[in-house]
Amino acid sequence: MQPSPRDIAIRMSSVSKEYRIGASQGEGMLRDALVGGVKRLLGRGSSPSKRDTVWALKDVDLEIAKDEVVGVIGRNGSGKTTLLKLLSKITYPTSGSIDVRGRVASLVEVGTGFHNELSGRDNIYLNGSILGLKRREIAEHFDAIVEYSGVGAFLDTPIKRYSTGMRLRLGFAVAAHLFPDVLLVDEVLAVGDAEFQAKCLATLSEVGRRGHAVLFVSHNLEAIESICSRTIWIDRGDLRMDGPSREVIAAYLKETAQANTAVVDFSDATGRPGTGEARFSAMEFQGPSGRPLEVIRTADELTVRFEFEAFQAIQSPYIGLSIFTEFGTIVTHPNTFSAGFELGKVEPGKHAVDLRIGRLSLMPGRYPLTLWMNRHSDSESIDWLEQCATLTVHSPGSSVFERSLPRRTGAVLLDAEWHLGDP
Amino acid sequence: MSRLAEIFRSRELLYFLTWRDVKIRYKQTLLGAAWAVLQPLITMVVFTVFFGRLANIPTGGMPGPIFYYLALLPWTFFAAGITNAGNSLITNTDLLTKVYFPRAILPSSTILAGLVDLAIASALLAVLLPWYGVAPDMEAFAWPLAILVLVVLTLGAGMLVAAINVMYRDVKYALPFAVQLMLFVSPVIYPTENIADEYRWLMLMNPLSGIIETSRSAIVPGRAIDWTHFGISAAIAGVVFLVGSAYFYRVQRRFADLV
Repeated sequence: MQPSPRDIAIRMSSVSKEYRIGASQGEGMLRDALVGGVKRLLGRGSSPSKRDTVWALKDVDLEIAKDEVVGVIGRNGSGKTTLLKLLSKITYPTSGSIDVRGRVASLVEVGTGFHNELSGRDNIYLNGSILGLKRREIAEHFDAIVEYSGVGAFLDTPIKRYSTGMRLRLGFAVAAHLFPDVLLVDEVLAVGDAEFQAKCLATLSEVGRRGHAVLFVSHNLEAIESICSRTIWIDRGDLRMDGPSREVIAAYLKETAQANTAVVDFSDATGRPGTGEARFSAMEFQGPSGRPLEVIRTADELTVRFEFEAFQAIQSPYIGLSIFTEFGTIVTHPNTFSAGFELGKVEPGKHAVDLRIGRLSLMPGRYPLTLWMNRHSDSESIDWLEQCATLTVHSPGSSVFERSLPRRTGAVLLDAEWHLGDP
Repeated sequence: MSRLAEIFRSRELLYFLTWRDVKIRYKQTLLGAAWAVLQPLITMVVFTVFFGRLANIPTGGMPGPIFYYLALLPWTFFAAGITNAGNSLITNTDLLTKVYFPRAILPSSTILAGLVDLAIASALLAVLLPWYGVAPDMEAFAWPLAILVLVVLTLGAGMLVAAINVMYRDVKYALPFAVQLMLFVSPVIYPTENIADEYRWLMLMNPLSGIIETSRSAIVPGRAIDWTHFGISAAIAGVVFLVGSAYFYRVQRRFADLV
């Protein structure tokens, strides 16, 4: 997997970046600098190195080949943007060396340098030239840019009259025609509607296919997984992990508690109605081999284990799990009653019941869960844990879908295929 | 040299940013490009009435309006140039922190936009000079030379101020005040002939004095250009440019972290 030196687009060797923190990044007022200078001359006071500093990046080594599309993930303030700024020479490393081959274009923000008073046409030229295009190149691609942006009818209108969406589309349209050797993209997908996002993603992976290096920072892990084969995870300035996107993202989800806790403990749960003849003590998510499962994806095989303790003998209680959308609509509620699964006489003591799901048909999203246990005789509630846990379902990536999913795709995945029919 | 080459490669960006400055300035205003003429013109009228007529300050033997206008052309360029260039980095924070380009493009583009204003304002000379019966002679070739020195001076000073402005926000407050003081220490309102010999060195230290004097002498016939004075001013302007640009390039790597 070691690429030959000729194919390297980006090489960073032990790169560190230190920022000074405090009220101002600058030296503040001239007065402070003068006073500080005098103190230093007199041999008193603190030297500048003792000031509060923070390492935005620490000792990062990174090599990216010419045709790689690499995702960059990490929490806010972990150093992702600093990495892009260093690569695009906006800011410089405190130590270490950076070697970037070819023309670099950075898209830290869509529509950088747009001016409200100027028309769409003028802004295409201004923005293009700020991003490093020659006037000839802009003129050459002008029609394509306008077509891509879809704002053709408003080309001579000052962009202060544009909607946010129109500005975005125009900005990305210019960026899509940069054709750089190295494209750095920072979180441009945080905004815009689903259609726009899908278009951006398609363009980014197209750029990668044309043999240009792309570094793509995003919080949209699904987008990263769908277009990046490799992902790096930056955690508090360290290059924490570098590898296949699926593995890195799973590790990241686990760490950031966006993943489910594999075992949900109910022993401290309060405010639970019911007769109390029995109480749920825990719920556990398990993978196919019975191991605890933290990162759950659409179409995964999954077992949910319910553990409860009976305090007296109970005749055939029913157990159920209600799955809701975040908007409170019930999606489904698998239960032993409907399934005709009889628990029989439950003796006092600890018990466990497994719900085996062959293929989890939930789309990516968060699903609040409610657990319940009812008496057989009069359907009276024995235990009721209202929205006691949340099941987070992550994107399956390319293993299930050919293309990436836009956001908010609904709750349920059908087991279905498309075919051409006979007219 | 590599710096010049880099700026040359980015000349189209320089052109577009200048074009943006000029276009926006004249687009939103009612009078548009007339502002470039009105500002020195109205100042000239006020100076002629108050300093020339009421205070009886001598105008070096030339018609008052010509005396003031020929000084106000370089002065207005300098005052606007150092202010706009000095603020060019902190008003374009979004560009500095989001895209890479040679940073010197920002102050340079404001200076170029100022040159457009100067060209428009200078066109009024075509009316003023015949009106007052001033017919320039061969020495007029020195006028563009004075403007060249003026551009070098303003760009150098502007880059210096811009760089310091990023580091110390005091500059924002000090700059208008400093520009106002510069007006009084420059021979805009008064001629240099009346300055006593023992204080002449004081005036020579200000490179604007040679530029302004040359602007007058080059256009008005019968007034010989003081080449020594102009040479000293040009040398000082050159030093200001070297110091300003050297400092700018020394600290420019930190701009994005500081703004």
